[in-house]
Order: sequence, then C-alpha cells, then structure tokens
Amino acid sequence: MNRIVTKRFSVNVYELSITRKNFCSNAASRVSSSSSGQSSNEHEVKQNFTDDGHQYDVAIVGGGVVGMALACSLAHLPLTKHLKVAIIDSNPALVKRNCINKEDPPDPRVSTVTPATISFFKDIGAWQYIQQHRHAYFGKMQVWDYTGLGYTRYNARDVNKEVLGCVVENKVLHSSLLSCIENTDFRKTIYPSKLTSMALLPSSSSMGVDSTLSTTALFTKGRLAKLELSDGKSLYAKLVVGADGGKSRVRELAGFKTTGWNYSQNAVICTVEHTEENRCAWQRFLPAGPIALLPIGDRFSNIVWTMNPNVSSDCKTMNEEEFVKTVNHALDYGYGSHPKSSSSGGRDMFSWLRGDVTISADECFEVPPKVIKLASDRMVFPLSLKHANDYVSKHVVLIGDAAHTVHPLAGQGVNLGFEDSHALSRVIAEGVAVGSDIGEVSLLRKYEAERKPANIAMMALLEVFQRAYSVDFGPLNILRAAAFNGAHYISPLKKSIISYASGEQKMPLPLPFFS
Amino acid sequence: MKLGWRMVRKLRIVNARNGTFFNARFFSDSTTQLPLASMTVDPSSNTTKTNNNNNKNSTSSSLKHLELAKFAAIADSWFVIHFYYLFSVISNFSSSSFQLRHVWSLCISSCMVRWDSEGPFKPLHVMNPTRLAFIRSTLCRHFGKDPNCAKPFEGLNIVDVGCGGGILSEPLARMGATVTGVDAVDKNIKIACLHAGSDPETSTIEYCCTTAEKLVEEQRRFDAVIALEVIEHVADPAEFCKSLAALTVEGGANVISTINRSMRAYATAIVAAEYILRWLPKGTHEWSSFLTPEELVLILQRSSIDVKEMAGFVYNPLTGRWSLSDDIGVNFIAFGTKNTH
Repeated sequence: MNRIVTKRFSVNVYELSITRKNFCSNAASRVSSSSSGQSSNEHEVKQNFTDDGHQYDVAIVGGGVVGMALACSLAHLPLTKHLKVAIIDSNPALVKRNCINKEDPPDPRVSTVTPATISFFKDIGAWQYIQQHRHAYFGKMQVWDYTGLGYTRYNARDVNKEVLGCVVENKVLHSSLLSCIENTDFRKTIYPSKLTSMALLPSSSSMGVDSTLSTTALFTKGRLAKLELSDGKSLYAKLVVGADGGKSRVRELAGFKTTGWNYSQNAVICTVEHTEENRCAWQRFLPAGPIALLPIGDRFSNIVWTMNPNVSSDCKTMNEEEFVKTVNHALDYGYGSHPKSSSSGGRDMFSWLRGDVTISADECFEVPPKVIKLASDRMVFPLSLKHANDYVSKHVVLIGDAAHTVHPLAGQGVNLGFEDSHALSRVIAEGVAVGSDIGEVSLLRKYEAERKPANIAMMALLEVFQRAYSVDFGPLNILRAAAFNGAHYISPLKKSIISYASGEQKMPLPLPFFS
Repeated sequence: MKLGWRMVRKLRIVNARNGTFFNARFFSDSTTQLPLASMTVDPSSNTTKTNNNNNKNSTSSSLKHLELAKFAAIADSWFVIHFYYLFSVISNFSSSSFQLRHVWSLCISSCMVRWDSEGPFKPLHVMNPTRLAFIRSTLCRHFGKDPNCAKPFEGLNIVDVGCGGGILSEPLARMGATVTGVDAVDKNIKIACLHAGSDPETSTIEYCCTTAEKLVEEQRRFDAVIALEVIEHVADPAEFCKSLAALTVEGGANVISTINRSMRAYATAIVAAEYILRWLPKGTHEWSSFLTPEELVLILQRSSIDVKEMAGFVYNPLTGRWSLSDDIGVNFIAFGTKNTH
C-alpha cells in the first residue's frame, strides 16, 4: 500500500490524469516531465492495446532452466496450456539451437537433480530429451571430512529407491526443456533481449460508461504490467515472472528487498577424467570448504570445489598437471587421514538406536577414483547467500535464484528453483480453474506460502553445514564426527536425510502442522 | 447531519496528523469507516443517497430497504472518504475551471484500487475461490462440461443476483460464461462496471442495477442462477426463491449460499467476524434472518428447485484459507436444479 504514495499526480486545467506506477526511476522522471509527453504516452498505450500482439498472460524474464521449466509446466497442464507466454532472454541459445553431440566435451556447469525434480521433468515431458544425452544417475554417495574421524555413506536402496539423483550438464537440461516446449502446441514468443524497465499501466476500457466516468477509463487500474526491452520493443503481461537469476533485474525493478551476505569463498568448477567410470557422488569437507566429485557419465566427473578466493585464483592459473595433483590430494590423503572403516565400533555404539539396518551402514569407507586429466576450463564463481523478503507483489513473482541464492554444497539450488516452477504453475492452474486474475496478489500468495518456508528451511540447513565445517576446533571436530557416525548408523535419521535431500520431503523434520 | 459533520471534522484531524495524501493506513482503517456507515443508515440523518435508493427500489417486494441502505453505506464509506480527501488536495491547486466530475471520477478510480485488496468485503475475497470451486464442479457435472478445460462455462448464460462489485461475476466470465450481474445498489453496479471494463475478458459482463423480481417481469431466463450471500438480506426469502426459480430455464441450475441460523454461526459470523476480527462492518448480518439448511431446502422445493448437493465452508486460521467440507454448521452453499414438471 505504501506504493500508492509514490503514485504521481499530474494535474492541469484541462486534463487530470494519474501517471502510471513506475518502478524504474529514470522512466518515472521521464513520464512526469511534461503533460504533453504524458498524453502522447497514453496515446501509444491505446494503440498497443488495439493490436493484441504484445499482450501476454505470462512474461517469463529469464529463459534459464528454471524459467524454461515453468514454461514447460504451463504448456503441459491442461488448465494453463491456453495461456499466452513470452520468454525474455538475450541468450542466443534460445533462438538458434546448437545441437549437442555425444562427443562434445562436457559442460563444466552441471546440476545434480533430485528424484523429485526427475519426476517433475517426467511429468512435463522433458525427461525423455535428457535421456537422449549424457547424464549420470548415481545410487551411492559418500560424505566425510578431513579429520578422518567419521564418514557417512548413503545408498538409494536404503529407502528402496534406484537412484539418489542424477547429474546433468546445464546445457543438456536447457536444450531438453527447449525441445520439450518446441514440441508442444503452446503459444509462446521468445524475445531475444534484455529487460530495461517495468511499469504498471492503465489498461483500456472497452465498455461504454457514461460520460462523467470516461476519464477514469484511462486511469491506472493496474491490470497489466508493461515491460520495456533493450531492443526498444515493449510488451504487456498480466503476470511477470522473475526467473533471471541471482542478479535479478525484475527483483530490482519491482523493489523487492533481499537479505543475504557474501561468503568469503569462491567455487572452482571443472570437468575431469578418470580411468574408469565413476558411479558414486563424493563430498569431502576440507578446512576451507567442501570439494565434491560428481559423476557425469562416460569417464567424466565434475568438480565443485569451495575455497578461499586467493587460493581459487591460484587454482585457476596453475598448470593442468599441478591442478590434477592438487585435486587428488584434496580428495584423498591431503589434510588428514582416511576415516577408519571399523564399522563394528560405530555399530555397537548406535545399536540401541539402529532400528532396521540400512544397507549402507555396512559399507566401508572407499577412496574416490583418481583424477587423471582435466577435461574442461576451470571456472571460478564467488559464493553468496541471498533471499528475497517477498516473492510476490501485484503482477510480479520471483522464482529460482531470483528469489533465493544458496551455497552449492548440497547441489540443492537448482532443485529449489524447479520446485518453485512446479508450485507456481500449479497455483496458476488453480487460479485459472476458479477464474481468478492470474496477476492477483491473493492468488500469488499461495505460491509464496508454499515455497518460502521450504526454501528458508533448506537455506538455514545449508548455512548450518557451511558454518559447522568452516571451523577447525577440537571439540567441534568431534561433534561433527559424531554427526557423521550418527547419520551413518541411525537408520531413521539416514532415511529422513535421504528423503529430504531427494526433495520428497518438503521440510527437514516432519511438521504435521504445515503438511 | 450533525454526525456527518463530526465525521468530516474527524477526517480533517486525521488528515492533518498524517499529512500525506494517500495514506495507506487510512484507507484500510475500518474504525473510520464504521461511523460513516452508521451515519447513512441512521433514519434521522436523511441523506439524499439513502432516499434515492429507497425510491428506486420501492417497487421490489423481497428487498429490505434497510439492508440496501446498509450496503449502499458500505459503498459510500469509500466514496465519501475519497471524495473528501481528493477535494482537500485539489483545492490546493488553482483550479478555476476545474470540473467537479473529475473529482467524482477520481473517487471512483481510487475505489478501484481497493476492489481486490483489503476492503470491507475482504472475507468474501478470501472465500471466493472456494465458492467458485463448488460452482465449477457442480455446474460442470450438471451441464456435462469438461472440468479440465480453462473455459468450461462457454455457452452458459448465468445470472449473478446480488453481484456487489462483481467479485463472482468476473471469475465466471473468465471461465467462459455469459454473465449478467444484478444488484439493487446503484454504486455497486458502477464499481463493478468500471472494474470489469478494465479487462477484455470481463468487459462482456452485463451489469444492471435491478432486482431478481424485475428480471422476472422482463421475462429473462438463464441456464444458471447464482445468489451467494444474498438470501439472508432479503425481506421474504420464499418470494425471493420463487423469483430465482422463475429466472431459471427448465432443467437449469441454482446455486445459493448463506449462513446457518445456529449458535455457532452467531458466535463466528456475527460476534467474531463483525465485532472481534472486524472483517465485516458491524450490523452486516442479523442472526434472525439467517436460514437453516432444512428451511432453505424446503423453500427451494416449494419454488420447484430440488437441492442436489450441499457443502459447508470451514475456515482454517493457520493457513487463513477456506475449504469445502461436510460441516454446514456456519456457512453453507447449495446446488439445486429446477425440476421439469
């Protein structure tokens, strides 16, 4: 409601009109500069309404994987497939498809998708395209730390599942979603451009009100948002979806506040090659941050290594041979010894809590496969945490990284984004079912109520992990070791962790209140 | 009138204290609206608006004039506040040739801002999706429409009796129906027209300031007749149901919702909703004019409408949402069909 205050009134003798509600400050000054300019502006608006070409139901800003997943989901649901959707992204891959060959070197940027995301992709019909390309399911996972005091192994069969997740290159995810949407009968338009400004507009009134009210027909009723693009085009939409990542322009223009901080950590990402195929996901917590080795199919694996910024620049510049040596060092004996797989001791300790034994509790500690070669460039990203205080306002909604940026240590970021897409498309379908205006805040609040607690819970948990492993302090090391052993041997806990990490359980603890 | 002046003085004080022109809190402050409502309802205050409404609707039989005045007053409470506010601001500009009608249109346009937000009918907005879910499922089943389609009501001619600002008419229109919205309060119709006109999907709605009885006189017929939260405000529910039946084509559908005359309804719909939570202006409902489900079924039967389905609405304070249930102890909705003998 505070925004009403920002609404500017320009009053002159002959014409009284409310200028549009502007989110973009420079646009606002332009609009309110002169009343003659104002009237020509309104004229332009009316013209655009007469040709319906630039009016959409949903405008998705950001055609990344999360935005495309939303488009696919809307295209798939029977109640939303009639919607007219615009996708705004300057990424040329959206317009000019480059085919992916099996022989191409793997994309260093990969995503670990959870079983929940896999079933979402199957529902919207995108998984079949992923299966045509390189992807790697993994059914086992090992997590340990440098102190050598404890380790945890997870196995999909602990929860009677085939897989714990699947590692897919981002370019494969993206092109699969693109193929999926191209092969459905869906009214979508791709704008290969960037968003420059966003405003709520007065919408046209086609009915005949009596003459005393006709002026109001031009007034702002806020039924549509206007988007201006960097190539000079503009379009109108009932709902603007900000899926434009951590540095979201939509979030900025809509004035959503965020909470967050930068970690003094960078992530080094690259693809490496082994002598044989890797079938397990590995993660080792080192003093400066975790290093993860994820299978991506064939004999390749992906490295996501969190470290201090100055070390990361060394890692990027050092020669290949030296880097491979450093990676092997980090994954093996470097920093400390291997945890002892004296399973008997741990099992006895937790025997009273064990319940039914999980398969993986008997598995011994294994050493990850040796890296023999670097297979891609090394990329360095700074890490930060960011969370939008609100996800929705009138006509605007944030999904994916635009709403929440998390630490990559559990590979959950993109999965939270897919959950957002899934939830938002369902909420839109529910709205269409009962004839709601899809830009209405009361409808969008349902999406926020569903996703915000879940995202915050995951962020909080990751934050605890991040902090717990960034301290090297005797008693804390022992506590961590106890946590590893607990997770390894206590079956109910282990099952709960697996089902939460797979995205099947929305909250880390079962909360009957919210389910 | 005295009360009215006191109100204006009060407004001025609030105005001076807050300073800002469009103060959000002022808009949603229900306590400032309530005295206004009572002002217009008060028979001694004899405002012209109340008189107009009384004259206009003197022919209708089943309407209660006091009820009409009450709803007109709720609509007014927005207008008067906006009117006063805008006028005070506009008088700051040198406006020799300024026309009063602009003020009036500004008033209406600021009411539009309130249409779907935290207005006096907020609980209706929150309940709306639930009511629509019931209407959607029953009408789709009755008329053999595909519930998985975005516009299942295409080809259906529906009348929304007591449409208010159009919160039910607009979704019905978006669901493909040809909608006629009628309300006895002139201002409601004005607000509804303006709001619906801003969206091409809903601008096809035909709004009339009239009553069900008059539509019967005009020999209008509809596939479905919907009157939600109206019957408890009419003087003669039996007569009103006869009119609804007369508006329905043979084999057509009727949907009626109201509040049960139960102790729980008194505690929740009146004490809690009007006095404690202040969702609704005080005096919106009168317990004695509520109908029990049995009574409703009976009077509908006498008007040759067979009630086929009934559901209750329950409110979950944790989620803040309404859902359909078997509990018809407080709010309930009935679906009936007009029998063909």
